Amino acid sequence: MFITRKAEFSASHVCAHSSLTPEQNRELYGAAANPSGHGHNYVVEVTLAGDPDPATGMIFDLKQLKDIINKTVVEPMDHRFLNYEVPPFDRIVPTAENVAAEIWNRLEPHFHGGRASLHNVRLYETEDLYVDFGGERS
Amino acid sequence: MTRVTRRYRFAASHRLFSGQFSEEENRELYGKCTNPFGHGHDYVLDITVAGPLDAFSGQVVNIGALDRLVDEQILRDFDHRYLNVDVREFGEKVPTSENILRVMEDRLKARWRSAFPGEWPRLENIKLRETRRNLFELRAS
Repeated sequence: MFITRKAEFSASHVCAHSSLTPEQNRELYGAAANPSGHGHNYVVEVTLAGDPDPATGMIFDLKQLKDIINKTVVEPMDHRFLNYEVPPFDRIVPTAENVAAEIWNRLEPHFHGGRASLHNVRLYETEDLYVDFGGERS
Repeated sequence: MTRVTRRYRFAASHRLFSGQFSEEENRELYGKCTNPFGHGHDYVLDITVAGPLDAFSGQVVNIGALDRLVDEQILRDFDHRYLNVDVREFGEKVPTSENILRVMEDRLKARWRSAFPGEWPRLENIKLRETRRNLFELRAS
């Protein structure tokens, strides 16, 4: 069984690789390479998988899940410029793919050994573009 | 494997009618969708591609390249068109959403390698929303 919790944060970013020329970055990332950056209202959907506890009838306490998402993702990223303020995006390009993977990496350690495991992180960069990341091995 | 889904929109009209059947049989089969002058929808098209996350670019797919491919292979021919008349495949096939999905898969695959020369990304899924109540989905082969 799966449960999904949704959260939102607003952040700015610029997608450009330091080893590429401005022309190459534009080719690779399009308008997202504009040097001063731009922003999105990101929406993240965190899906856990597991069997409900027979006593509580729950896979995981959704309030606790909300707190984990807030602490590890929303508070550090909301109203921030990802490249300048949120590591590792000082070193890696904050594409939607990399942001989804980073959210996975931040959440995943919280779901070791319990009933619930982290199943999928879906990150909407816009209403028309989203990424699903289910870990390196999926 | 990481998946990227991109949403596109197009408006088109169609008429469900098969020459293999009589007027009455078409009416029985397709209901009001067989009305003779056709009708239209605001279609929503979700295209999902899958691949490994490239460590250098941080991308699974170059979205600009995907947008160009979808525009050239699909939107340019489908948007603001009468599918039965303006899209060559529907000269023979009935433009049901199921058939539209198959045509889209064929069209994307025909130019996929020139848009994405490497092994990745791969076309994984095409989802077509004909109306808010009707969803059709094709897992690409």
